Amino acid sequence: MYVAVKGGERAIANAHALLDHSRRGDHAVPEIAPKQIREQLALAVDRVMAEGSLYDRDLAALAIKQARGDLIEAIFLVRAFRTTLPRFGHGEPADTAAMQIRRRISATYKDLPGGQVLGPTFDYTHRLIDFALAAGAPVAEPAEAGEGEPADTPHVTALLDGEGLIERNPPQPSGRPVGDLTREPLAFPADRDLRLQNLARADEGFLLAMGYSTQRGYGRTHPFVGEIRFGEIEVEFVPEDLGFAVPLGRIQVTECEMVTQFKGTAETSPQFTRGYGLVFGQSERKAMSMALVDRALRAREFGEDVVAPAQDEEFVLSHSDNVQATGFVEHLKLPHYVDFQAELGLIRQLRREHADRAAAAGFTREAAE
Amino acid sequence: MNAPTLTGYNFAYLDEQTKRMIRRAILKAIAIPGYQVPFASREMPMPYGWGTGGVQVTASVIGPQDVLKVIDQGSDDTTNAVSIRAFFARTAGVATTTATADATIIQTRHRIPEAPLTDGQILVYQVPIPEPLRFLEPRETETRTMHALEEYGLMHVKLYEDIARHGHIATTYAYPVRVAGRYLMDPSPTPKFDNPKMHMSPALQLFGAGREKRIYAVPPYTRVVSLDFEDHPFEVNRFDKPCALCGAHGVYLDEVVLDDRGGRMFVCSDTDHCGTRQEQGHRGDLSTPREGSAA
Repeated sequence: MYVAVKGGERAIANAHALLDHSRRGDHAVPEIAPKQIREQLALAVDRVMAEGSLYDRDLAALAIKQARGDLIEAIFLVRAFRTTLPRFGHGEPADTAAMQIRRRISATYKDLPGGQVLGPTFDYTHRLIDFALAAGAPVAEPAEAGEGEPADTPHVTALLDGEGLIERNPPQPSGRPVGDLTREPLAFPADRDLRLQNLARADEGFLLAMGYSTQRGYGRTHPFVGEIRFGEIEVEFVPEDLGFAVPLGRIQVTECEMVTQFKGTAETSPQFTRGYGLVFGQSERKAMSMALVDRALRAREFGEDVVAPAQDEEFVLSHSDNVQATGFVEHLKLPHYVDFQAELGLIRQLRREHADRAAAAGFTREAAE
Repeated sequence: MNAPTLTGYNFAYLDEQTKRMIRRAILKAIAIPGYQVPFASREMPMPYGWGTGGVQVTASVIGPQDVLKVIDQGSDDTTNAVSIRAFFARTAGVATTTATADATIIQTRHRIPEAPLTDGQILVYQVPIPEPLRFLEPRETETRTMHALEEYGLMHVKLYEDIARHGHIATTYAYPVRVAGRYLMDPSPTPKFDNPKMHMSPALQLFGAGREKRIYAVPPYTRVVSLDFEDHPFEVNRFDKPCALCGAHGVYLDEVVLDDRGGRMFVCSDTDHCGTRQEQGHRGDLSTPREGSAA
């Protein structure tokens, strides 16, 4: 009898048909539409856009539906689509100081120009399951802001910078365009532009754990949340034949600026340093984690000892991408029987030789007795 | 299978600019045998670790006249081989085959076909970890320096320690080789049984590692030597019995568990080789009248 160890095209097609069927679930329950996901699972959509590296709410919502709610699978779908898109160039540096603010908080000042704007947040909610939500309770209208000119909302770090208390943001390195790890393979040591790009695409859970580890002493940076802001910014692009910037549209982003451990030398007086996080959509957890890890990864630049995982550029950047990670972890379920056969052959031989040696040793011991 | 090619995508999925970038990397790899060339690996519609490097290499070298064979574990019929073959049938509309001799491009995972390859054929390997020194030194910055300085003593120490501990070199697959007397190279996780087939092969051997963003190559008729010691020469895996279906000796066999009482049979890992031999009338111990095509 020959045991079939074959996949077979029909078996694969059947498995995929069953997947489609399972995705639909109970037909007595109405099918979910991508626009419902887009509107009502907006934070899942945000995460898929951020880690999928593509700002398209409808596409992310569709990917979430196709992936049955598995966000890493949805991110993978978006990435695989993104890779086929033509690239016209890169946008102009976005001005986040001109953000239309939906939320903006600072942990370093009680009040400041632009004010503390709480916006839509889970903070201060009691995490009690709201059983009324199951029945679809009507939602109260939100409070409106008073009339008047929208206030200017300068960055907290700009206020500190005015006093020279914080390091200046380094200017864009001249002579080379900003790096793009989706077009050029990542090489080490990596500059900060590439590190930040890597972190912006990185798995939220991975960054969270890495950032957390710095708070627990593995590469401590004494961070303060200078500011978190979430809202809409304008994206601009300079087409080559026009020669001036044209707006492409508005996107929602979350930005976090950490004010971290100060540095000084005999020549320069001490200054706070910066950690930076920027994420598509609303995700403070990710933006804050990114800012912590960004600062930890600047250890080399500040002459700090690289002793913790979060400071180790090769470790962090090589393992942060969940599409890469999930692919390689899950590839272990592919057949490996050719290699396993080779290992079986060796271990059987080693055990046989071990048994022979043991038998020979036993024989000499008996002979001696 | 004459499925129409996928609309909305370029021939063989990748856009021409990407293919040009990958071909440049391939040319460099051929010029420096065994050297790992970094390339801007793209996201592919299959997961990392499932052959994205091999697929990108194949997509960059394939043309409409090519005939493609895809194997995994030596078999054309394993799930991932079926999936990748279907991908190219769909995105490039190329002819596919299971016959080693008929193929112009063979993409493989974990095996080299038993039938000798010939001039003009391209063997594309899917590579998970391209760096042979990776498990001795996890840092890329270090291993690149070691390659630059041709500093491979660490690998010899590892093999020596195997002998000291087990009496044998305990590496049975992904067994390190020296290419053209210079670069230390990982042959991908093929069993060491296949290593000698790489030496002076008339075929062009290309290696693609998508997740790790590396391409390397062994040009035709290049020396590929498995590392060993004078008193512990390199040996291939050996099997006590011939294939139970076609009676072949000197081929790599898969162990198939027949029952829960220790029953085993050993059959060719290379299904095309085994099938061809059976058609030629070769029989093994457990040959039965051939069943209808099981799918």
